[in-house]
Amino acid sequence: MYDAPHTERDVDQQDIKISARKVQVYYGTTHAIKDVDCDIEDKTVTAFIGPSGCGKSTFLRCLNRMNDTIDVCRVEGDISIDGEDIYDKRVDPVQLRAKVGMVFQKPNPFPKSIYDNIAYGPRIHGLAKSKADLDEIVEKSLRRGAIWDEVKDRLDAPGTGLSGGQQQRLCIARAIATEPEVLLMDEPCSALDPIATSQVEELIDELRQDYSVVIVTHSMQQAARVSQKTAFFHLGNLVEFGDTGKIFTNPVDSRTESYITGRIG
Amino acid sequence: MPVIWLIVIVLALAAAGFILGRTRAMQSAGGDSRHLHSLPTYYGSNVALKAVVPAMLLMVVWLVAQPFYVNGVVSGMIPDSAIADGSSRGLVLAEVRRAADGLDNAVAQGAISEEFARNARADFTDVTTRLKEAGQIVTTQITQPVLRAAQEYRVINATGNMIMSGVVILVALLGVFWGLRETNKDFRARNVVEKSVMALLIAAASIAVLTTVGIVLSLIFNTIEFFRLYPASEFFGSLTWAPSFGGGSELGVLPLLWGTFYISLVALIVAVPIGLFAAVYLSEYASKPVRSFAKPMLEVLAGIPTIVYGLFALLTIGPMLLSVFGPDGTGWMGGQRAVITAGLAMGIMLIPFVSSLSDDIINAVPQAMRDGSYGLGATKSETIKQVILPAALPGIVGAVLLATSRAIGETMIVVLGAGAAARLSLNPFEAMTTVTAKIVSQLTGDSDFASPEALVAFALGMTLFIMTLGLNVFALYIVRKYREQYD
Amino acid sequence: MTDASMDTPRPRRAKTSLVSEDARTKKRNAAEKRFQAYGIAAIATGLFFLAVLAFSIVRSGLPAFTTTVVDVNFTLTQEQFDEAEGQLFKTKAYSGYFITALQKKLEAENVQVAFDEAAIERIMGKIGGTLREYYTANPDQLGQEVAFKLNASSRVDGYFKGRVQRETLQDSRFLTLADLDLVDALAEAGIVHSAFDWGFITGADSGVDNPGGAGIGASVVGSFFMMLVVLFLSLPIGVAASIYLEEFAPQNRWTDMIEVNISNLAAVPSIVFGILGLAVFIQFMHLPQSAPLVGGLVLTLMTLPTIIISTRASLKAVPPSIRDAALGVGASKMQSVFHHVLPLAMPGILTGTIIGLAQALGETAPLLLIGMVGFVARGYPDGFISGFTDPNSAMPAQIYTWAARADQAFYEKAWGGIIILLIFLLTMNIIAIILRRRFERRW
Repeated sequence: MYDAPHTERDVDQQDIKISARKVQVYYGTTHAIKDVDCDIEDKTVTAFIGPSGCGKSTFLRCLNRMNDTIDVCRVEGDISIDGEDIYDKRVDPVQLRAKVGMVFQKPNPFPKSIYDNIAYGPRIHGLAKSKADLDEIVEKSLRRGAIWDEVKDRLDAPGTGLSGGQQQRLCIARAIATEPEVLLMDEPCSALDPIATSQVEELIDELRQDYSVVIVTHSMQQAARVSQKTAFFHLGNLVEFGDTGKIFTNPVDSRTESYITGRIG
Repeated sequence: MPVIWLIVIVLALAAAGFILGRTRAMQSAGGDSRHLHSLPTYYGSNVALKAVVPAMLLMVVWLVAQPFYVNGVVSGMIPDSAIADGSSRGLVLAEVRRAADGLDNAVAQGAISEEFARNARADFTDVTTRLKEAGQIVTTQITQPVLRAAQEYRVINATGNMIMSGVVILVALLGVFWGLRETNKDFRARNVVEKSVMALLIAAASIAVLTTVGIVLSLIFNTIEFFRLYPASEFFGSLTWAPSFGGGSELGVLPLLWGTFYISLVALIVAVPIGLFAAVYLSEYASKPVRSFAKPMLEVLAGIPTIVYGLFALLTIGPMLLSVFGPDGTGWMGGQRAVITAGLAMGIMLIPFVSSLSDDIINAVPQAMRDGSYGLGATKSETIKQVILPAALPGIVGAVLLATSRAIGETMIVVLGAGAAARLSLNPFEAMTTVTAKIVSQLTGDSDFASPEALVAFALGMTLFIMTLGLNVFALYIVRKYREQYD
Repeated sequence: MTDASMDTPRPRRAKTSLVSEDARTKKRNAAEKRFQAYGIAAIATGLFFLAVLAFSIVRSGLPAFTTTVVDVNFTLTQEQFDEAEGQLFKTKAYSGYFITALQKKLEAENVQVAFDEAAIERIMGKIGGTLREYYTANPDQLGQEVAFKLNASSRVDGYFKGRVQRETLQDSRFLTLADLDLVDALAEAGIVHSAFDWGFITGADSGVDNPGGAGIGASVVGSFFMMLVVLFLSLPIGVAASIYLEEFAPQNRWTDMIEVNISNLAAVPSIVFGILGLAVFIQFMHLPQSAPLVGGLVLTLMTLPTIIISTRASLKAVPPSIRDAALGVGASKMQSVFHHVLPLAMPGILTGTIIGLAQALGETAPLLLIGMVGFVARGYPDGFISGFTDPNSAMPAQIYTWAARADQAFYEKAWGGIIILLIFLLTMNIIAIILRRRFERRW
């Protein structure tokens, strides 16, 4: 069984995994992210919260350059992972995304079998030397995604046939299979029912041991449950960033306070 | 043209009825339209509709029915002895009609008198020569029974037309009176008019069904007629296509089907990869300016009439291929008409068809699929090859099937580019022929419609119709299922 | 349950820097480039085909718009006329005068070339007959200088356009090598030259033996009458059917059947519509063969599905709030549709109709079966009604007729006809695009 949530674990001396300085994002002429500075630590769950349209998802997508796929989007400022600027000309976004995996708001399994869904990443990155090796990766990823027991008898069934919660865990397992160092999650529970949500939350806590996890969420309770660090975004600005406990109990900025007490958002 | 005049008279009656109906309604309301149930124009329209619709329906039915009646009467006048060996009653009747038309035209030109046209006897005067002098096309010597029948044909037709005009005008007038009698201020004119309009709308929508029924009936009757004259087992089983209008034809469909499939295959080999890659590039890679230039440019290819492709095949592609593969080159090709000539032209025609259908289908794949793949660190091409195309596969298969059905039914390109010889061969540089090309050649010759050599075209048409219908229904089903998956 | 926390995963991926590509990434990026190149190649191939097509149409079709003419100023005196009319071979006498005059003219221009009557006839036809005909009809022109503009024979025309070449020419009774010398000399003197051929645009088809005289005008008229039939039948019927299906039709079997029929008819091969036309309109209803009326009916049935599909799309694009607004002020459903929805959908409907008409205009196969091809359209119809009922050709059918003729000189006419046809199609499509741009409304 799962251990109790580790929210009380000591989070102080961690390495900085991602550091962002003066990040600006424009969609055409709209200034979507203004001057964001932020350090994301390794082996920590960091939550981005804020009202709709505040830029939290946009900022998340900057971290693995998913914004590159949108034509009108322009990013300025520095974002570096392990000290390497990810917007450097020499950086191949494909390599970057292998290192920084992503899980999306709506579960998006490929219309393939469960096995092929998981094996997709390892195959394109050439992580498996043999069929047996690949089988092992698939099994291990599904186990880590906490979905192995539910699907081990039907690995050939299409991934789209699973329930919403199962699909989302499948997508998480799929992201894990490529062995990323950072895992970005864009409102991973917003399309799920409460039971599936709690399963995914448990999983996120589990993943913290090996990865730096960044999660965007609409739900303050969720942020409080799963994260150690929380960043509050408002109208494209990073208003406040700090330990989750502190943000929720003793926010510095009045806007943060209004948001967590439910007056804006 | 009396029918045109008849239509004009009926319309004039309707217009008069409209004005009368409107005036009468206003009178019944004491000149104040607020006392009427409906707007005054509805009362007018009610009268006009009652004048036009029944009269026109009657006219159409009459025009269709009269030829049958006349044919029946005239046919009874021709004794069996007047039908020559090797001819048929149908042929003699056609001759009667030609003679009657000839007489009509000659009278209209003033070359012969009405008196002469009615009473001339072929055994005393030379009607044929006089008609020919008047510039009328008369094929053979007109015999006395034919002339008698033609004269009778003219008389019945003239009487029929006269009675029709009278009855139609009478019905229109009755309609006007009926409409006017109804007209008073409490009459619900709008509801009646709207009901009639609704009936017209339904009738218009049903024309689609009627067209299909017309196609099926015209194919079925003539196909049955063909199989009565020519064994079906030969048609489907024989490996030879050798029509000869003297009789003793061999009419095996297999060589034609082979030619059809072979040419379609060549066309698809050209169109599918080019169309598919173009669609992928345009929807996944191309920048906006490139897309807005290349997409309409490719679609221009779809707007060009097939006759142009036919000419292009015959006069540009054929000679080009011949200079490379012909006697001066590798020596594989004998003439410019060949499977590959027609296939290439057809392939070019199908490129935009495949590409725009595939483009739609690729765009229907949700962005979330792409995001999921990019998020795992896949390159664009990996995403396309391993996620998007497999996801879009059913839709693309549907598009290719639709393109196949287009290729099978294409006529002008093969008529001009593929050749006329039916052949069962694997060599794409040889001339072959197709089902559609043979439909054209069997129906545009001078053969009579009753011979198996002409009727075979209907059996071919039936084969073509069933094949393309099957493909279309299947393809549309696949595409619809595919769309539902992502809706 | 999760044993992942127990054993740390064996790292499969070496820690790499982001800025340097590893071998595998290099390979994958190369594959990416290749894939993109295939896409570009596919588009380039498509555009290349389009360019070749356009090039061959223009190159082969433009010569159809010019013809080679012989310009000669010639004076015939009353005495010469009387003398010629008194002779046994009258036209020969006229030829003699003409040749003498031509020789004088060439001498004046200092061109040295020998020719005889036969050569002149091979180049510009039976000149004696032409002259005699002219002066017999216009005796008042005797003694005055008349500028004759004669069409050169089709071989000479071919020589001017490069169809007939010196190297491959074999002396025949139509043209000899010596004639070409004469033609060159005449061309140098400005007597023989190319001119725009109005006859091609306005004229009617000629027989198989006279490619030079063939024009497309009559078949343009045929197409015009056919399009009138298509427009006046398919627009009202198509709009009525669409209104019913989109606004009134209940969900039942009959409606389903209509819908299935429409989508299938849109994909039925056009030749099948030709068979329908032949069997129903000609065999069954005895309508006249080769008549634009019958062609128009067949094309109407073919165009209807296209028009219905586009009309329904335009009706669907009108937001339901408009209908509700009309119903809310007490209009009947029928009034709300005819007063509000239909006018708003009209630009879309017209655009769809024009595109449908353009398709119908270029359609050939069904016309083959209803006899519009065998017919040689030698003249214009002599009235409005006979425009529908008299046998005529249509543009695409005329093009096919020319392409199927044995004399290669007709090919040039066929390409020229294609240019005219494409100009019509282009115009119609541009009108449709302008309509759409101008009146398109986004809700």
